[in-house]
Amino acid sequence: MKLLKFSTAGSVDDGKSTLIGRLLYDTGSLTEDQLEAVEAASKRKGFDYLDLSLLTDGLSAEREQGITIDVAHIYFATANRKFIIADTPGHVEYTRNMVTGASNSRLSIILIDARKGVIEQTQRHFFIANLLQIPEIVVAINKMDLVDYQQAKFNAIKEAFLQFTQGFPNFKQNITFIPISSLKGDNVVNESENMPWYKGKSLLHYLENVDVNSYVNKKDARFPVQYVIRPHSEEFHDYRGYAGQVISGAFSVGEEVTVLPSQQKSKVKQVVTFDGDLEIAETNSCVTLLLEDEVDITRGNMLVKTANQPQIDKEITADICWMDTQLLVQGGKYLIEHSHNLIKAMVREVDYIVHTSTLKKDTETKTIKLNDIARVKIKTAQPLFFDAYEQNQANGSFILINEQTKNTVAAGIIV
Amino acid sequence: MSSNHLKELEEESIYIMREVAAQFERPALLFSGGKDSITLVHLARKAFYPAKFPFPLVHIDTGHNFPETLTFRDQLVGKIGAQLIVRYVQDSINQKKATEETGKYASRNSLQTVTLLDTIEEFKFDACIGGARRDEEKARAKERIFSVRDEFGSWEPKRQRPELWGHLNGMINYGENVRCFPISNWTELDVWNYIKQEKLNLPSIYFTHQREVLIRDGQIFPYSEFLNMDGEEISTQDVRFRTVGDMTCTAAVSSTAGTLDDIISEIKSSRISERGARMDDKRSEAAMEKRKLAGYF
Repeated sequence: MKLLKFSTAGSVDDGKSTLIGRLLYDTGSLTEDQLEAVEAASKRKGFDYLDLSLLTDGLSAEREQGITIDVAHIYFATANRKFIIADTPGHVEYTRNMVTGASNSRLSIILIDARKGVIEQTQRHFFIANLLQIPEIVVAINKMDLVDYQQAKFNAIKEAFLQFTQGFPNFKQNITFIPISSLKGDNVVNESENMPWYKGKSLLHYLENVDVNSYVNKKDARFPVQYVIRPHSEEFHDYRGYAGQVISGAFSVGEEVTVLPSQQKSKVKQVVTFDGDLEIAETNSCVTLLLEDEVDITRGNMLVKTANQPQIDKEITADICWMDTQLLVQGGKYLIEHSHNLIKAMVREVDYIVHTSTLKKDTETKTIKLNDIARVKIKTAQPLFFDAYEQNQANGSFILINEQTKNTVAAGIIV
Repeated sequence: MSSNHLKELEEESIYIMREVAAQFERPALLFSGGKDSITLVHLARKAFYPAKFPFPLVHIDTGHNFPETLTFRDQLVGKIGAQLIVRYVQDSINQKKATEETGKYASRNSLQTVTLLDTIEEFKFDACIGGARRDEEKARAKERIFSVRDEFGSWEPKRQRPELWGHLNGMINYGENVRCFPISNWTELDVWNYIKQEKLNLPSIYFTHQREVLIRDGQIFPYSEFLNMDGEEISTQDVRFRTVGDMTCTAAVSSTAGTLDDIISEIKSSRISERGARMDDKRSEAAMEKRKLAGYF
């Protein structure tokens, strides 16, 4: 059984909660006490229907205002797959939450109300999925029951969607269109009898079968050292193990590695795990590497193959999503967290701020506010060992931290 | 069923454990003796092998524990050679920092917060690893993996830090601390499947046994000297516990499940959620959120 993390974005009006509720309900993932709690709360609020958003809007403030404010995580499983939904709000003032939810997702569901078609919010949702290069996008055209399940309506929206996405960079994203009705259940879990013209599969069928490993970078071996293991025991005298996750590529016993930034060379002596040694440390595995030679290595150093090294530079160009209420000003100093290095950094230049639905670039404004997406140049006090995000998501992403408040203030994508 | 997704969850948890050890000076692992914290201990052993994990276990003892849990705790600690710190809710009550609840629903569950915060203060812990899962409860579904708490231990849902990709920001100001949740993305069933896969031992009360119980509000309560009785009748039934907390707020389920396989199929077919047996959550729609705001786990 595989794991699929996907994100949804939208507000109550789009039928997002109904869709999630439907996925949970029709897969038998809701329990009686959860349903009873929703029934009781719906009744108290005077609704004559089940308000399934009460399942996902976990904060009192969200339930009071009837909106999703923060990312919620929802879990369900079928016989074939385990799913984690990052459920995010859809309005522009929550762009940062959408970026957060999408950053850990391999698939994004964009909901469209069939009566309204492509609207500004749709464009923003696609913008974010495109910016973060989510490999799989499902455009779920919802409320088909309210447009008499017309094929023409579906086709027109699909056409309009493909039209506006033409101006976007193509990151080999697969886009799949599915006509659904979350309220009536058409094409969510079960295939619809109301739309014989639709030859595709239901949403759940798609989620269960989509290839989730296609995006894995197996080429560029990168091992950022997370923690140095030193047992200080008789049995493991002088033991120095480098613990971390292989974020891309793989490392085999006997292979030559180069340590960054020192450029020292050694060979992999042992790949250690609690469950026994391995011959090869595969992509995404969390292991401890031992090297043949005594080399000075600390957290934030990176092991790579000598013949395939990342870029090493103190200057990067990046797209950032600003997540703080305090403005970013050109020349502002922050800490950058990249592959376990925490380094002083300065936003040297704001190239432009991009409007998330028109794609218009504003090159005049040099201060960035909450939820803005901007192209910037950053200078760091120490060199980073990085790849472009397009090649390597883990080694091409970073966060900025405000040194005073200690808050995470930006998500960054290295271009 | 292949265990592919369990491997993925395990890798994520090990990654988080190592981030905690690397980013904080004085972390601790909050250990209740329940299945989730037993799973955490196992993951911590894996994360730092062959070294011992670099933090103590901390047990906040309500004094209303199931004796089976305490026996199990001491055996486990002895076996793996971990350091164990125990602090008692009774001491907080004696020091007049906490007040015993009264009435038939009296429980020491929420009093644990007082003792926990004092313990954090005493040892200057800057990070506490906990076994909370997002699938447990809707307020927990909003929780971060690194959850920053102010010096009163309060959770501020509106000030939560965004968590992007694998970047965990554990930077804090003096006096603040962080709750870290390595099994955030696990479900109850994942935990049970993992316990089976890894052949972990559990306290006996998770498996069917005969116990003196009473029925209160439709729930099966374990009879104990700590329970304020309200004229209920005591009977002996075949029960097990699905979640293990304070004896006064944890209800049992009627069950004859005696093996991990029995338990897994019982949970799969159950129509009641895990925390459906926790009276502490039934106090109001926002019961968990309120306790978290006050510094609960």
